[in-house]
Amino acid sequence: MIKISYTIGLSTIQDLGRDENYRHGVSIGGAMDRLALQMGNALLGNAKTAAAIEVTLFPIKFEILSSVNIAVTGADCAIELDGKQINPNWAFHAEKGQTLSLSKLNSGSFAYVHLAGGIDVPEVLGSRSTYLRCAFGGLDGRMLQNGDVIKSLPEADPFPPIAPGGFGAISPALALPQPSHASVGTNDAITMLRYLPAAEHDYFDKASLDALVTAPWQITPQSSRAGYRLAGPNLAMTDKLEMRSHGIVPGVIQVPPGGAPIIQTADSQTSGGYPKIGTVIDADMWRLAQTRIGNQICFQKTSYEEALAAYREMNKFIDKVRALSKAYRDLLK
Amino acid sequence: MNTRFSAFSKLKDQANISLLGTTAMLFEAPGAFELPTQKRIWALADEVQGWDNIKEAIPGMTNLMLTFRSPCEDPSELRNRLIAAWEKATDWKIEGKLIEIPVIYGGELGPHLHDAAKLTNMSVDELVAVHANRDYSVFALGAHPGLGYLGITDERIWVPRREVPVLSIPAGSVSIGGMQTAVSASPGASGWHTLGHTDVEFFFPHKENPTLLSPGDTVRFRVERIIP
Repeated sequence: MIKISYTIGLSTIQDLGRDENYRHGVSIGGAMDRLALQMGNALLGNAKTAAAIEVTLFPIKFEILSSVNIAVTGADCAIELDGKQINPNWAFHAEKGQTLSLSKLNSGSFAYVHLAGGIDVPEVLGSRSTYLRCAFGGLDGRMLQNGDVIKSLPEADPFPPIAPGGFGAISPALALPQPSHASVGTNDAITMLRYLPAAEHDYFDKASLDALVTAPWQITPQSSRAGYRLAGPNLAMTDKLEMRSHGIVPGVIQVPPGGAPIIQTADSQTSGGYPKIGTVIDADMWRLAQTRIGNQICFQKTSYEEALAAYREMNKFIDKVRALSKAYRDLLK
Repeated sequence: MNTRFSAFSKLKDQANISLLGTTAMLFEAPGAFELPTQKRIWALADEVQGWDNIKEAIPGMTNLMLTFRSPCEDPSELRNRLIAAWEKATDWKIEGKLIEIPVIYGGELGPHLHDAAKLTNMSVDELVAVHANRDYSVFALGAHPGLGYLGITDERIWVPRREVPVLSIPAGSVSIGGMQTAVSASPGASGWHTLGHTDVEFFFPHKENPTLLSPGDTVRFRVERIIP
């Protein structure tokens, strides 16, 4: 059990989101960085779908109300337990009375604080994720506030208290380095997103299709958990299309007639009718989530086979973290 | 036909199947935007929902999106199977319910009423009369929780979506876009033209069936008031 002792808002409880409610118009939702969420659950031996705290604004502080194993994943920030520094992507034990703080964001956007067992809030439509727009899920459908007490669920396979110093995983940015970009090259300051062409790809004019893969795109402040709006060259179509509304998923790059693309993210609408130039592959969505507003991204077209391979590689990494963490836990027993 | 509508008249004579990354596939029915086609879409959704690795089959407006449990390994096989199932999909029999929705048109909560009247070369009163003078079928739910896509609007009020979507419109906003109309069930972004407002609630997250509207229902708008 932990208490939020200091927050300036926007942090919520998230898991892997809602399946099978698209038919009701309910977004997938869940963690913006699904890789980080899965890593934290893997480190603690939690269920894959266990919920964590998604931290969006820093600093945030927690008072430990009862001793618990914790993992912090996602954005690279300063993590301290009673003033003692802890690495990112780390699992550790916290004693009753200690204070955990996350501050000074070095890189990335979203950090995840996981409790062993996963966070205990009621499931709504099959998930514990907070959906702020309709005020349901998570803790009373709202962002976390000072004084909120967060409980954890009992562990299925209890982990002994993690030894002092804890243990951790290599950062995803190192384990899954971003491929080199055809025109930008290797540049960690620019996030490279691979995409597959979508239905209206070929309706865009040649200059726009070229611009899509050569220009750097800036993430604008009009971005949210629903979508990242980009600034860059205008994307134009050879002909105006007025389409019938259809389902869309996170990753879809919509281009409204104004010409500025929007990448759908976790809380994206379940359907829309703007032309789609492509879909960012699943394996690169965590990179987008961890790219801050004002920073740049670039696009590179990929093949279906490469998208599948990247997805498998990402899952292999999570499986490895889970297997190594289990080995560590068995050692402690 | 007015050139303003030329974009609406492009019809495909073949089903169009495309991928949304590796996590979803979109099937777009050929032909006109009409209820008989939508009934086949509903039938297709029923059929496909039971297939292996299909998480959900989600009807849109004369189209169907399939989401996968894990990335689809062989999209071309699924594509062929979908086309065969579409050929067999016929009418979907359903006794939907009738829902009446009182609307206050215009004013602060109907900010695009005048824009839409201008776009359609009608007076505000005419536009409202045309919008309310028709029973609409709930074609699909989507965009955000509980929102029903309603069709089909009278040709005289077909309007393109807005150039740039507005960042937020309130719940209960009655809007038109393309050949469609809808009532938003929660506040959020929209690329449509908002004509008015209703107090009816559409989404109940804690109920087993969380939505007021279901595909196949009929919606009737009642003009409560027009704020000029």
